[in-house]
Amino acid sequence: MRETLTLRGNNALLTRANPLAKFVSVFLITLVLALSIDMVSASTALLGELALFPLAGLTVRLLWQRGWPLIIAAALGGWSTAILSADSGRILLDVGIWSISEGSLQLGLGFMLRGLAIALPAILLMSCTDPTDLADALAQKAKLPHRFVLGTLAALRLVGLMAEEWQTIGMARRARGVGSHGSPPQRFKAMLGQSFGLLVQAIRRASRLAVTMEARGFGGGRRTWARESTYSRLDLWVLAGGLFIAAAAVLAAQWAGTWHFVWLKQG
Amino acid sequence: MPSPDSGTPAVVRPAAISAQGWGWRHAGRTTQAIHALDLDIRRGERVLLLGPSGAGKSTFLHALAGVLGEEGDDADETGSLLVDGVSPKAQRGRAGLMQQDPETQVVLSRLGDDVAFGAENLCVPREEIWKRVHEALDDVGLRNSASGNFALDHPTSALSGGQKQRLALAGILAMRPGLILLDEPTANLDPAGVLEVRDAVGRCLDKTGATLVVVEHRVSVWKDLVDRIVVLQPGSSSAPGGSTPGVLLDGDPDTVLAQARDMLTAAGVWVPGYVPATRPRSGTAAGSGTAAGPGAGSGGELLLATQELAVSRERPRRRGFKTIPPLPVQAGLDAEVFAGQALTITGPNGAGKSTFALTLAGLLAPVSGTVTAAVGLSDGAGTDPFKWKAQQLISRIGTVFQEPEHQFVTGRVLDELMFGPKHLGHGEDRVDELLERLRLGHLVDANPYTLSGGEKRRLSVATVLAAHPRVLVLDEPTFGQDANTWAELASFLSELLDAGTSVVSVTHDQEFSSVLGGTEMRLEPSFQGGARQEAGAA
Repeated sequence: MRETLTLRGNNALLTRANPLAKFVSVFLITLVLALSIDMVSASTALLGELALFPLAGLTVRLLWQRGWPLIIAAALGGWSTAILSADSGRILLDVGIWSISEGSLQLGLGFMLRGLAIALPAILLMSCTDPTDLADALAQKAKLPHRFVLGTLAALRLVGLMAEEWQTIGMARRARGVGSHGSPPQRFKAMLGQSFGLLVQAIRRASRLAVTMEARGFGGGRRTWARESTYSRLDLWVLAGGLFIAAAAVLAAQWAGTWHFVWLKQG
Repeated sequence: MPSPDSGTPAVVRPAAISAQGWGWRHAGRTTQAIHALDLDIRRGERVLLLGPSGAGKSTFLHALAGVLGEEGDDADETGSLLVDGVSPKAQRGRAGLMQQDPETQVVLSRLGDDVAFGAENLCVPREEIWKRVHEALDDVGLRNSASGNFALDHPTSALSGGQKQRLALAGILAMRPGLILLDEPTANLDPAGVLEVRDAVGRCLDKTGATLVVVEHRVSVWKDLVDRIVVLQPGSSSAPGGSTPGVLLDGDPDTVLAQARDMLTAAGVWVPGYVPATRPRSGTAAGSGTAAGPGAGSGGELLLATQELAVSRERPRRRGFKTIPPLPVQAGLDAEVFAGQALTITGPNGAGKSTFALTLAGLLAPVSGTVTAAVGLSDGAGTDPFKWKAQQLISRIGTVFQEPEHQFVTGRVLDELMFGPKHLGHGEDRVDELLERLRLGHLVDANPYTLSGGEKRRLSVATVLAAHPRVLVLDEPTFGQDANTWAELASFLSELLDAGTSVVSVTHDQEFSSVLGGTEMRLEPSFQGGARQEAGAA
C-alpha cells in the first residue's frame, strides 16, 4: 500500500513535468471523451495514451497491477452494454433474452474503449506524479488554500498506516473471540465492529497529527515554500500533447462521421 | 512574519515560563485537569516534570506549545500562563512539542520536507530553510553520522521509531524554538531508540541553550540531562477551591529524588536504581532457576511447538494464477511452550518478534513450517491453532496486544470482561476474581477507552484471561507502564505460571523476564540468523 504511493525508482521523462500541466492535459482528454459516445474518438485517444506509457515509466504489467479494477469495470461495462442495448443490424449471438447484434456490439465496444480511455490518463497521471509534488503545484501554482492541500497530503500518509492497523485490529479481535467465521450477518457484524475500532484509532491518530502540525506553526495565513513548484519547457510539451490527443480524437470522429454528443438522442 | 533570527545560524533565545495560579478544565469535564499551578522556569533551564497519571502534565505541555484549543467552547482557564511574558498562543514557533506516538510526529512523506515543514509555516525564507534543514539533520544524527545518513527524499515511512522521533526533533529545531517540550518522547521506543533520542536531545540543547520541559516516567533516562525536577500533585485530589498547591516538590534532581523517593515510587515513578518488589516464582530462587530441565518444577507438559517455522505479517499475494508467498522476516524457528513455564522472546526492533508470537498464537498463518498444539491444549480442535475458530482459540491461547485499545470490543469495562465467558458459555465466575485481583472493581461501569494507560493494560490482560486460556501470549506488556502497574503485572503473571499457565512474552524488559524466569529465545534481525530456543534458566 505504502509502496504504491511513492515513485522511487521511476525516472521517466514525465515525472519531471509540473503536476499541474499534467493535470490540465488529463482533464482536456477526459473532457472530450465525456462529450461523445463513439468508438473512433475513444480508440484514437486510447492509442495516443498508450504511446505515452514509456514516457511515464509505465509498463503493461504495472498498469495491470495498479489499474485492474478500472480495466475490469470497463470490460464489464462494455459487455453489459453489448448484451442489453437495443439490437440493430445483423444478430451475432442469441441466448434467450440476451442477444448481441452488430449495432449493440459496436455500442458496447465504444463504451469499453471510452471507459479505458478515460481511466488510463488518471492512472498515467498517478504513476508519474508524486503526491507531494502535486500538492506543491496545487497550492503554489493553482493557488488552492494551503491548509486544505497540506492537510490532505498529511492525511494521505495515514492511509497506509490505517491499512496496517486494519490487519492488527482484525487479529486483536480474533484474540478476543470475534472471528471471521459464522453466518453472513455475523460476519457483517464482526466487520462493523472492526471498522469502528479502526475509526477510533484513525480519529486518535488524526487528532495527534493535527496537534503535531499546529505545534509546528501550521494554520497561519501565510507560509513560505522550501521547494518552489516551477514550470519548464517540458510542461509546454505536456500541454501540447494533451491538446493534440484531445483534438485528434474529435477530428477523427468528425471525419469518420461518428461524433455524437451524449446529450443528443441516439439517431 | 519573518523569523527574528533569519540569517544568523544557531541564535536561539531561550524562553522563560511563568505560571501563576494557572488551571485548565477541558471541555466536557467537571474537574480541572491541572489546578492552581505556580511555577517559574528560567531561561535555559532543563526541567523533568513528574507526577502520577492524571496530574495534568500533558495538558501543561500542550498549553505551553499553544495547542490547547480556545478557551470558550466550554473549556475553562484560570490564572495565567506566560512564555516570555506573552500568551503561548500568540507566538507560534516559540515552542516545539514532541509527543509519544512516533507515527504522528511525522507530517510529510519525504525526510527533508518534513524537517522544513515548521520553518515554512513560520515564513522563513527558502535559502535559510534548507540551511536549517541540513543543520538540524546533522544535529540529530540523521545525516553525516554513524547513527544515520539519509537523503533528503528518503521516505519517512521507512524510518524506525527512534529515527522518527529524531526526525521530529529536527523539525522542531528547524523552527529555532526557545522552548523544547517533550511529552513522553521515548515511551514507545525500544531501549536502543530511547538512548538515541535522549542523546540527540542532549546534543541539541548543549548547542542551542534552549529551555527544556520533559515529561517521562523513566527518571534514569533523563536524570543526568536535566537540572531540575518538578513533581506535580494529582489534579483530581486537589478539589477546585482547595488549598493544595499544584507543585508538590521542586528542586535539583538529586535532592528531589532523595527527599521524595518513597513518595515517587509509591506513585509508580521509575526512580533510578529501583526495581519494584514482585512476587517470586515458587520453586525457583527469584527467577534465576534451579538446574532442573523441562519437566521439573510445575508440570512441564508440552503444549505448543513450532518446527522450522517461517513467519511474516504479509499475506501471500496473487499475481495472475500464481500465489507468491511473502518474504519471511524470520525462518527456521523451533520453539517449545511448556505448561507452567515462561518463554521470553527478545531481540532488537525489526527482528520479527511480534510476528513470531502472533503466529505462535494462531493469529497469523505460517509462511512455512508448522505450529502444532499438543493434545493437552488442542482438546479436540485440531493441531493447527491458525485453523481454530475464534472461540476455540480464546479458551486455549490468549493474546494480549501491545496496544490495549485494539482489543476493546464493547463500551463498558464489565461487558468487556464478560464478553469471552458469555460467548463460551462458561467462566463468568472468574470475572469477579479478576476484577478484584487487577484492581478494576471501581471501574466496572466506565468506558474502556477513557481509562488511564495502566488501567487499560490491566483490563486487556484481564479480558483475555477471563476465557481461561492455558497459554498466554503477551506483546510488550510493560511498554510505557509505570512502576506500579509493572509490578502488579509481573506478580500476577508469576502467580499464573505457578498455577500451570504458560506465559510467552515478547519484551525488551530484562527485569520483567527475570521475574518470570523460564527460557529466553533471542531473535536477530537478519533473515539468515534463525534463532533457536536456548535453555536459559530453569
